[in-house]
Formats: sequence, structure tokens, C-alpha cells
Amino acid sequence: MLLFAKMLKVGLVSVPIGPPAPGEEDVVHLVREVDAESRRLFGRALAIREVDAGSCNGCEIEISGLTGPVYDSERFGIHFVASPRHADLLLVTGPVTRNMEVPLRKTYEATPAPKLVVAVGDCARTCGVFQGSYAVVGSVDRVIPVDVFVDGCPPEPAQILRGILTALRRPLRA
Amino acid sequence: MKATSGYALALGQALLCLALAPGLIGLIRWLKARMQNRRGAPVWQPYLELRKLLAKETVVSTNASWLFRLAPYVVLTSTLGVVLLLPVLAVPLPLDAVGDLLVVVYLLLLGTFFLALAGLDPGSPFGGMGSSREMTVAALAEPTIAVAMFALALGAGSTNLGEIVARAMARPAEAVSPGYLLAFTALFIVTLAETGRLPVDNPATHLELTMIHEALLLEYSGRYLALIEWAAALKLLVFFTLMANLFVPWGVAVHLGAGALLLAGVSYVAKLAALAAVVAVFETRVAKLRLFRVPELLSVSFVLALLAITASFLSR
Amino acid sequence: MAATLFAVMVGAYGAGAAAALLGGSHRAGRTLSTAGAVTGAVAGLLLGLQALASGVVWTFAAPDLVGLAGGIVLRLDALGAFFLALVGMVAAPAALYGVGYSAGYAGRYSLRGLGVALNLFLLATSLVPLADNVVTFLLAWEGMSLTSYFLVLTDHEDPETVRAGNWYLGMTQVGLAFLLAAFLGLGAGAPSLDFVDLRAAAGGLSETARGAVFALALVGFGSKAGLIPLHVWLPRAHPAAPSHVSALMSGVMIKLGIYGLLRVGLDLLGGGPPWWGVLLIVLGAGSAVLGVLYALMEDDIKRLLAYSSVENVGMITLGTGAGFLFQSLAMPGPAALALAAALYHALNHAAFKGLLFLGAGSVLHATGTRNMNRHGGLIRRLPWTGPCFLLGAVAISGLPPLNGFFSEWLLFQSLLPGIGVASPVVAVLMVLALGMLALTAGLAAAAFAKAFGITFLALPRSDAAAEAHEAPVSMRAGMVALAAACLVLAAGALPVLATAGVVAAGLLGLSAEPPTFALWLSFRTPAGLARMSPPAVIIGLVGGLAIVWLVVRALASRRPLRFADTWGCGRVGQSPRMEYTATAYAEPLRRVFSAVYRPSEDVTVDHHPESHYFVQAIAYRASILPWFERYLYEPVLGFIARWGRRALALQSGSVHAYLAYVVGALVILLGVLMVIGAP
Repeated sequence: MLLFAKMLKVGLVSVPIGPPAPGEEDVVHLVREVDAESRRLFGRALAIREVDAGSCNGCEIEISGLTGPVYDSERFGIHFVASPRHADLLLVTGPVTRNMEVPLRKTYEATPAPKLVVAVGDCARTCGVFQGSYAVVGSVDRVIPVDVFVDGCPPEPAQILRGILTALRRPLRA
Repeated sequence: MKATSGYALALGQALLCLALAPGLIGLIRWLKARMQNRRGAPVWQPYLELRKLLAKETVVSTNASWLFRLAPYVVLTSTLGVVLLLPVLAVPLPLDAVGDLLVVVYLLLLGTFFLALAGLDPGSPFGGMGSSREMTVAALAEPTIAVAMFALALGAGSTNLGEIVARAMARPAEAVSPGYLLAFTALFIVTLAETGRLPVDNPATHLELTMIHEALLLEYSGRYLALIEWAAALKLLVFFTLMANLFVPWGVAVHLGAGALLLAGVSYVAKLAALAAVVAVFETRVAKLRLFRVPELLSVSFVLALLAITASFLSR
Repeated sequence: MAATLFAVMVGAYGAGAAAALLGGSHRAGRTLSTAGAVTGAVAGLLLGLQALASGVVWTFAAPDLVGLAGGIVLRLDALGAFFLALVGMVAAPAALYGVGYSAGYAGRYSLRGLGVALNLFLLATSLVPLADNVVTFLLAWEGMSLTSYFLVLTDHEDPETVRAGNWYLGMTQVGLAFLLAAFLGLGAGAPSLDFVDLRAAAGGLSETARGAVFALALVGFGSKAGLIPLHVWLPRAHPAAPSHVSALMSGVMIKLGIYGLLRVGLDLLGGGPPWWGVLLIVLGAGSAVLGVLYALMEDDIKRLLAYSSVENVGMITLGTGAGFLFQSLAMPGPAALALAAALYHALNHAAFKGLLFLGAGSVLHATGTRNMNRHGGLIRRLPWTGPCFLLGAVAISGLPPLNGFFSEWLLFQSLLPGIGVASPVVAVLMVLALGMLALTAGLAAAAFAKAFGITFLALPRSDAAAEAHEAPVSMRAGMVALAAACLVLAAGALPVLATAGVVAAGLLGLSAEPPTFALWLSFRTPAGLARMSPPAVIIGLVGGLAIVWLVVRALASRRPLRFADTWGCGRVGQSPRMEYTATAYAEPLRRVFSAVYRPSEDVTVDHHPESHYFVQAIAYRASILPWFERYLYEPVLGFIARWGRRALALQSGSVHAYLAYVVGALVILLGVLMVIGAP
């Protein structure tokens, strides 16, 4: 009963996801404009499959905050799925290591069309601190086509969510 | 009531259930979200997801055979068949002569059987594991369902659903008799097991080793996934309808008047919402059971069902 | 008409046997022999159907044919006709199937012997339901047992088969001994050993005598039917025999055990006290649950099917027991319903078990192994066998819209009136029986999901499976014929059930038109208990499937289907080693029911010779405790062996000792005669 009393006391705690504050650097880079059909299809219901292509898990911890009460990705119709066959969007983290190159490509092929890719973290775009390592193949867009990059090491959950919503051209409100 | 209007009503009921089923899932998810102090998706979110899935590409494994492509249709058709036999808005219906509780139980088993086979077809170990576990849970839930149903049938003198509802409405005191209460509890536990809710199976899990029902869906995409998700929602609706209208039947219309049907519709939705709230609270409160503790839970429900039928027998 | 059909039947089987004997090693001889068997089977089927349709009882007597106890006397009544039709229904497709299947034995084993034994087996099996006196019955019965022994021993180079044959022969002879005792006990007060006289005299026997006769008959017929604990020969003999013979044994022969129970228990003895029914229900429910539990653990596809036969015989016995029980409690309506349910299930089981064994035979023919862990992916290599086996698997799991569901539905409904009975013992028994029946149904679905799924789906687990080829035309024709029989039994559920009802009513001495069945779109059970419409269920499911498919086609995306690798978390390759095996599939249930199975596991790990950290091979052995063999049969056989060894001392080899035995026996006999003869 204490549990339910606490639920009632705390209330709804989700924060709004808005555009970057004035003066704040925009970490979201839109690589290509997503076509209208995909935007219409995924605008209200999006299934995300997260792929760790060799990351240090810093980005994963931020992504795991997305499904919590504070950032609540579900209110935008976003939910995470277990299989790429169920997914519409791949959320890729990490510099793509040699061992994860083929699995990443296979995950992309396993996803039904139409599909989007959002690459999260500095490692995903520039290999971050692992740049030049013998174990790394390169940034994510060397392996699969990427629609949006979200910079940061790691980026905050609000920024990741903003990246996803930008890909869908969903309105952001402060 | 006239036969043709009865058949039209049966068809209308089936379409109503088909339309309500995703909303029921959406309601449970919304309630759980609110209990987690977040906004969550709107109640109609599953409809949007189904629409999206129908528009997506369908990918099929090269190892899979025609059975993989046939199974989603069989699962949805068998569950729809069940809905046609249920007392949703009014009793008695002409389709009462077609099937009774046993037909309902075995139609659901037909869907489970084909889904289990479809899990084995692509040759993935996850599918095989899900298939094996799903058949285990289904086999262990069978005796409970049968005995709990017969506890109700014993009181009503028939296994036909319409007659059970009619009898419960005629004798309100039965609803709180020990036989009915025990059967309700047994059926509640079986509902959680058969529809893959906590504590038997977590519908939102990503860990394949903890999956029972979800593991069978990992290979499906596009329209096939839409069919199976819809069928799963419909199965939950079926069990809720059984619990609502067999045990608390007031509100179900006994004649085909517009007012009576409207009242029936409103009370039906209210009962579904109440059961959804109970399940949502229960799922928030309990943790998932280890797989090998599930048979213990199911044997508890079997014992409850046996007690229910004994109580029914003694109180006749 | 009946006489003609009978003559055709006997003549065809005889001609078939002769053709096999004379020309069995040549193709023409084999074809003629099969033609004889098929013709005989069809004639038998028509004979049975005609008798059921017309209601005319046909008799035939040849008292001088066999010079003892009345000779050969035959009578075709409703019960016999039902079982005769059952025999014909399975025998024709199985014999046809045998043409292609036995070609695999050419050169290694005598096809001549196979053909002769098959025809004689079918003849004897057809004569059992027709027999109207003890001599005919026992001759046909023993003929059936001996010919099937030779059929089981077809593959006699395999020591497993020889052992299986030994078990089988031993059990059939023990059963025969019990049957002999039962019939002699029954005929103690009767003027002759004709069934007519036995029936009349049965009323005069004392309660204990009747009970003893029933118990003896139960052991004899129960061992043939495969009731626990007399079932041990079934999982040995059925897999060892050629597949069409397995189909006949499982589909037809074990039903004759049920026939015998009905004939002796209800027809000759006229029913008995409630404990008969209770005993049958207990044995039936126990066989059903244990049969399916053991079936689940099997990796050999034919042994799985054999244990499943034990399960289904248990279900049939459950219905039969309910019939006996209700009759003893003066509830004729429920009794007729229960017996009709049991008969209908017997017929259905014959059809789909025959189909499943023929399918398993096709798989064995294609891959050369019965081990399901070596199969896989056969649904694409065997495009005819796959759907046939699936049909059989869906039917035997009792799933709508096929015939197995309708008979299981009826079995459930027939047990329900028992809960309303005044006696609490009976009510509790019925409730437990219902629960066990439901458990059996669920477990059977799991077992057949395993059997079909592991054998036919996914990737081939061995080279043999990868190179499997479809069966020849004759084998395919046999399977399709039995699949069609299943569909006919499903679609024609109402007429078939009405016929079974007439047979049941006749057994119970009720009027020929039992009031419980209305020939309309519903089953109406006693006390208005339930209604179901088989045609509506079938049409609803098939039609619904079509409608759903059309609607989805209209609503779904126009994108074409894309084929891709199975999702494996991105791993590079997929091999058959990664698939679920048959052993793994049943593992959760092995844990759940470990109290019954007492499983033991043995894991041996071979490490690399140079480093303990690298594993070269892992061997896993799992076994379950064979309760009945360990705790019932081994002690009994051990006892017999020990006392047999001790009795060896009598065979001293000395003529003096033997003379002394003779004199001693004479003295004792004279003494006994003097004592008895004294006034």
C-alpha cells in the first residue's frame, strides 16, 4: 500500500522535450530528409531496436533513461522492441568494431522497410576516443545508411529523444 | 429472439470485440504508465501500431515453410471463432447451438498449437524455446480450465455459455457462492498464464531467455505480426469477457431492444475496464515468476478449480 | 448380399496369401497379394457398413470345419459390424501402402512371408468381430496374434526387433491363457460354448464368478488393448514392425481388445456391479495420462506414436468404463452416450493413428532413421507426407475442426452426468477423470507439436534428412486415403455418431433408436446438457480463414514479400546444430513431472589433452525410470527364472528318478480318487 500511496503523491514527472535552448549547441545533425511516407507512417507509432556496435555502454545508460518516467518516450508513441523484425528505427551506438560490423549490417537487413537509423554518441559519428584503433572499422554511416546523428559523450536522454523526433519532423515544444 | 436478428447480433458482437481488443491492451498499458508516474501512450496507441504494421514490409525467413505464413491466419481465425460463441451483449444467441465452453477452450488451443509450430519453423533456438514453453504452459493450464468450466456448467446444468449466463442472472446469490468465487480465482490465474501477462510472462520483455509468448513472435514482421498481435489482444478480451459475463452477468441483454443493447454495451465496457485495472495493478505489484515456478502456480489454480467443482456439487 | 461380401472377403485374403506364397518374390506375385489384401479389406468394410445400415443380423455356421466344441460359427451383429468396418477402413490403405514400403525389404528379407502373414493377419482380424462361439473366437484371436508376431519379426536381423518379438509373444500368450480361463469360467454352467448359450447362462453365475470372469477377461483383453500395466509390449513391438503393420496393429488390433471387453462384459455378461466401471475408469485414466507422459519423452517417432496409442486406448477405456458404470447405476441414457463416445473415438483413432504411422513410415523410408533428432526440414522434401502428418497430428491432439476434437468433446460430455450421481465416490472419480482427460489432451497437443515440429520443420539435422526423397505413389495413396477418411469422419460426425449410438444402445439392450441423438445440426446430450454443431464448426473455421485472408490482402501493404536469413542476433551463420532438439522440446515437462519420470542425467565432458580449459566433446545422456519394467515385470520374470532354475534339479537325467516320479504321481492320483470316490 505504501507503493500506491507514493505513486499518488509523486504524480506525473515527465519533462517536455523542446528545441535546444538559445546559445546551446545543437547536437542533432539531420543527414538526410526522411521521406514523407515514413514520417506519416512512424509519426505516431514507432518501434525502436537498439544496437550496441561496440560502445562503452555510456550511451546505453542514457538510452535506458528514455523509457523511465522522466523522459517517457512512450508518450510520443515510441516503444522499444526485442527483434529488428518488429523495428522501424535502429538506434545505433558505438564506433563500429570489426566484430560488430557484420551483425550491424545483418540487423539492418533484418529490419523491414521503411526503416530509419539514428546514430547516438560521438563514437557513432567520429569514433570518438577510439578513433584510429585497430579494432574499429569506422563510423556507423560506413556500414549502414544513417538518417540522424546525435553528438555527445554521452548525449543526454532529452537530446537523444530530440534527435528521434527531429527525424520524424515531430513538433518540439518547450 | 428471431434467428436472423440473432445472427446479425452475433456478427456485430464479433466486430465489436475485434474493434475493442487493441483498446483493451492500450488501456492496460496506459494504466501501468500512470502507475509508473509517466504520461504513457494514449489508450488508442495499439490501433496506430497495427495500422503501421499493416503498411510495413513483411520479411520471411528462408528456412521457414508455408506453415509459417499460414499460422497467423489460423491464430486470428480461431480466436475470432471463439468470439462468435461468447455471450458479449445478449443471451441467448442462435450460435449457442454451435459451440459451448469446450469448443472455446479447444479453439484457443488450436491457435496456440499453430503458433508453437510457427515458432519452430524458422529454425531459430529462441523460437524453439518459446514453442516448448508455450506448449508446456498450455498443457498445464488445460485441466484447470476444464474443471473450472465444469464447476460452472454443473451449476447451470449445461456447458453452453448462454445458459450459464442465464442461470447466473436468475439466481444472483450464486455469484458469491464459494463455487463461483473459487472458479473465478482459478480462471483469473489461468488468464494470466494463457495470455502471457505477469507473473507468468512479461509482455514487454527484451530478454529472450525469459520469454514464453514473445519468443514465438521474434521472426514475424509486417502484416503477420499485426495479425498475431491482434489475435493476442483478442485472446485477452476473450478471457476477460468470460470472467466478466459468466461471473457478473448483470447488464447482458435478454431481449433485442435498442435500450437493452446499449445498456449491455456500456456495462460490458465498464466490466472490461475494471478487469483491466485489476490486471494493471497486479502486474505493477508482482514480479515475474521463474519459469519452473509457473507449474506450481498452475497446480494451485487446479486445486482451486477442484475445490470449486466440489463446492458446486455440494451446494446443489 | 452379406454372404457374398463375406465370401469375397475370405476369398480375397486367401487368394492374396496364396499369391504371396507362390509368387511372393516376383513383382507380379506381390501385386496380386496386395490386390487380394485390398479387395478383402474393402469387402470387409462394405460388409460392416451394409450390416450397420440394414440392421440385419447375418449368421454362418460350419460346425464340422473344426472338429471341436461346435466348430466355426459366425454372426454379424451391430457391434461386430462396427469393428469390421473399422478393420476394413484402415486395412485397405495400409495394404496399399505396403506395396511401396515392403519394396525396401526386397533382397534382405522374405517378401513372400510378409505377404502371406499380412493376408492371414487381416483375415484373422476380420474374423474376430464375427466370431460367435468360443472356438472361433480363440482361433481367430490366436491367429491374429501369431501372424502379427511374424509380421513384427520381419526385420529379424536387428536384435532389438527380436527382443521386441519375444516380449510381444510372451504377452499375447499370457493374454490368451487369461482369455481361455475367462471363457471356460463363463461356460461352466452353459450347455455349449456358443455365445448364445453363454449369454443365457451368464445370469445364473454367482456374483463372484461373474466378477472373476470379468477380471480375467480384463487382463486378457487389456493386454491386447495396451492398458497399463500390461502395455509394455506396445512401445517395443509397434516400432519394430514394418510401418504399415504398425498402423494395422495400433489402429486395428488394439481396438479388438476393446471389442472383446464390450462383447464379454456387456453382451455376454450383461454388465455388472459398479466396481467394473470404476476399475475401467481408473485404468483408462491412468493409461491416458501415463501414456502421453511417456510419449512426450520419446525421441523415436514410432515409439512416440506407440505410447500415444496407449494414451488413446486409455481414453476409449475411460468412455467404456463410464458406460459400464452408468449402466450399473441404472442410467441408460448416459451409458449409451458414453459407449457411443468410446466407439466413435476408437474409430477416429484408428483413422488418424493409422495415418500417423504411415507418415512415420514414409519418414523412415526417406531418411533411414526413426530418431527425430536426425530429422528436420522434411516438410519441403516430403511435400505429400508433411501435410498428411500435420492432419494426423492436429486430429490426434483433439483440435477443431477435425474428428479427434468431436470425439473428445463427446467423451467430456459423457462424463458430466456422473458428477450429478448421488454417490460421492463416483462424483469425485468423475471429476478427477475429467481433469485427467483435460490434462491428457493438453499434453497430447504438446507431444504432437514436438513430433511434427521437430521432424518436419526448420533445417535438416542430418545428411539423411537433407537428402530425403518423397515416398512412391502407393505409399502416398495409402496416406491420402487415410487422410480422406479422417476428413470424412469429421464432416460426417453426426451420421457416424448416430450409428455408434445404435451400436451402443444394442449393447445395453435399449431400443434401437436411442433418444439421445437428434439428426440435426446439433448433438443434444441427455438432460439437455450441451449442444454443438460439427458442420458449423468446420465451415466456420475454413470460411473464416478465407475471409480473414481476403480482408488482410485488401488492407495490407502492396510491398512484395522479402526473404531473408532467420534473425539470429546478427550471428554470421546458422547451422542445424542451433535448432531445438526433440529432447530439449520436452525438457520443461520432464522437470514438471519429474516425480513420475525420475529422470537421471549424465554429462561427460572430454577436455583437450593439452589444456583443461578447452573442451573437445560433451556427451549428454538422459534417461527416465521405466517403472513398470523395473518394479513389475523384472520381479515377476526374476521369480519365474529363479524357480525355473530350482526346478532344473528335477531334471537329473537319471531314468530311475523319472520312473520314481511316474510311480509317485500314480500313487497320489489313486489316493485322491479313492478319497473323492468314497461315499
